[in-house]
Amino acid sequence: MVTTDPTQLMERMAKPAAPRRTSLDDSRGYRIFRVVNVVVLLGVVAVTLYPFVNIVAQSFSSELYIRTGQVNLWPRGFNLDTYKLVAADPVFWNSYLNTVIYTVTATAISIVLTTIYAYVLSKHRLKGRNLLIGIAVFTMFFNGGLIPNYVLVNGLGMTNTIWAIVLPNAISVFNLLVMKAFFESLPAELEEAAAIDGLNTYGILLKIVLPLSKAVLATMILFYAVANWNSWFQAFIYLDRSELFPVTVYLRNMIAGASSVTAVGAVESNALAISANIKAVTMVLTVLPIVVVYPFIQRYFVSGVMLGAVKQ
Amino acid sequence: MTTQIREPAAEAAPNRSKKIPKNPKPPRYKNTWRKAWKRDWQLYTLVIVPLLFFLVFRYLPMLGNVIAFRRFVPGGSIYGESWVGLRYVKLFISDPNFWEVFGNTLALGALTLLFCFPLPIVLALLLNEIRSRYFKRFVQTVSYLPHFLSIVIVAGMVMQLTSLEGTVNQIVGAFGGDKISFIQEPGWFRTIYVSSEVWQTVGWGTILYLAALTTIDSQLYEAARIDGANRWQQTWHVTLPGIRPTMITLLILNIGTFMAVGFEKVLLLYNPLTYPTADVVSTYLYRVGLVSNNFSYAAAIGLFESIIGLALVLSANAISRRTVGTSLW
Repeated sequence: MVTTDPTQLMERMAKPAAPRRTSLDDSRGYRIFRVVNVVVLLGVVAVTLYPFVNIVAQSFSSELYIRTGQVNLWPRGFNLDTYKLVAADPVFWNSYLNTVIYTVTATAISIVLTTIYAYVLSKHRLKGRNLLIGIAVFTMFFNGGLIPNYVLVNGLGMTNTIWAIVLPNAISVFNLLVMKAFFESLPAELEEAAAIDGLNTYGILLKIVLPLSKAVLATMILFYAVANWNSWFQAFIYLDRSELFPVTVYLRNMIAGASSVTAVGAVESNALAISANIKAVTMVLTVLPIVVVYPFIQRYFVSGVMLGAVKQ
Repeated sequence: MTTQIREPAAEAAPNRSKKIPKNPKPPRYKNTWRKAWKRDWQLYTLVIVPLLFFLVFRYLPMLGNVIAFRRFVPGGSIYGESWVGLRYVKLFISDPNFWEVFGNTLALGALTLLFCFPLPIVLALLLNEIRSRYFKRFVQTVSYLPHFLSIVIVAGMVMQLTSLEGTVNQIVGAFGGDKISFIQEPGWFRTIYVSSEVWQTVGWGTILYLAALTTIDSQLYEAARIDGANRWQQTWHVTLPGIRPTMITLLILNIGTFMAVGFEKVLLLYNPLTYPTADVVSTYLYRVGLVSNNFSYAAAIGLFESIIGLALVLSANAISRRTVGTSLW
């Protein structure tokens, strides 16, 4: 039986393996291990969080302190000037808006296509079902490759349009299999009853199945939305007009610019420090939406991954 | 309606094997597709659009690989203009640059596998020994976070941390070392790449192991303890065998992505100074194809890469099926 309630799954995973842990059989060695273990895991937490803390600290620091390598955990020369500078940059906000538009459009398209295909695949009686599954799964292990994809998107005239961003990766096979597993776990009797009541396939999908699938739909929307928010490469190769860039490409060009300055040498180090400042702010602003919603969406991701792991 | 349909579908095989010797009816087979269409035409029409997606954006590019054997003119047909046979294949086989990036790909892939495959298992086992639910969940929540970042952000962070005035150089300085421009040193690229990969993937990689750990029967531990097994022996003889199917599945998947090693991350982190260690097959073909416009040559390299990737998955899967009885399909 597939558990689809993310809260339940999280509970189960967070639960310590209690029954075998009675303090009676704790040897001294094991007690030492437990202390070391906590220290190690705290170290993992510290290492994981440090880069975030560092970026935030830099974003509030004055350039002088960054340039002289004095900003680590805490801002030095605290100021909001860099934020004001970036916030006053229309190019940045335009990229941000592009990212929002691409994310919403791509997620909507992906959800519709994935739901439809997954629903059809979940019907075991369907003739040709295995072929349909095979068509999808094969692409997980073999793909056309960068160049033919590029040539195709170019040939379809999608370059410099939103379609080059939102269409070529519309269905993720992993997400497709997650949804398929979910639909298969729904009781067949419900749909049969609806069919007797005279609903056709479309009606069953819209009025019976989807209302029951809110949790998995939410998970899928988050999967796609985060992936689209973070993506940059499609935009990088298919868009060359800067007013179309999403914020990730804007940031990438900033980073690439900075590294080419580094390559020139120390003469340009002043420009580099300003850039490091602005880069930090841009990074913070790009990550912010994800970090803010992360604590709330995390459990959906975990449950989605585990649904996907249920052997097909 | 549906109830009537489902039953014959479920019992089709036994019914047929009983009936066929008595009364073979070949027309039944002819009509099955028509019957299926009559019964499920709504499902079939529903599937058209997503199926088109797969055909256009997944299978057409596979066919598009013919340009590896044809002369391609930008702006011309997406399947090229005229046959040139194995010219481009011969070209890359005799290209020393190709073999250099091929070696880099193997080295980077092997290092990534060496660290990013076992570390999630270790972390999951450590987490499993934590008794406080809140502490455990806290560590889990924090360690999953990097997974949600854009690769561009990760690259940006790496560059900030390893820059001349970054934290890493401050630590080096504190121990009396000379500052190193890590991102421009070919000797440091692999370390930087693998470390950032570990940072980003290890926490998230524990999820499936933690889930598998919850399914191990606690009676097995009981039995092991009665047999006198200490904690370490319990881990070795009960816990690890319990998560072995998960380990093998993830190993196969990891091996499958071996050739495609972090294309986007390398593209963001490397620069001409670090090409000697950083340039991998995918970035090389990216430059050959999209930067220098040698589409056919790059497609030949890409096809070679895809075929190796597919062969790796298939053989890893076959080996694991024979030796341990676990496979992806």
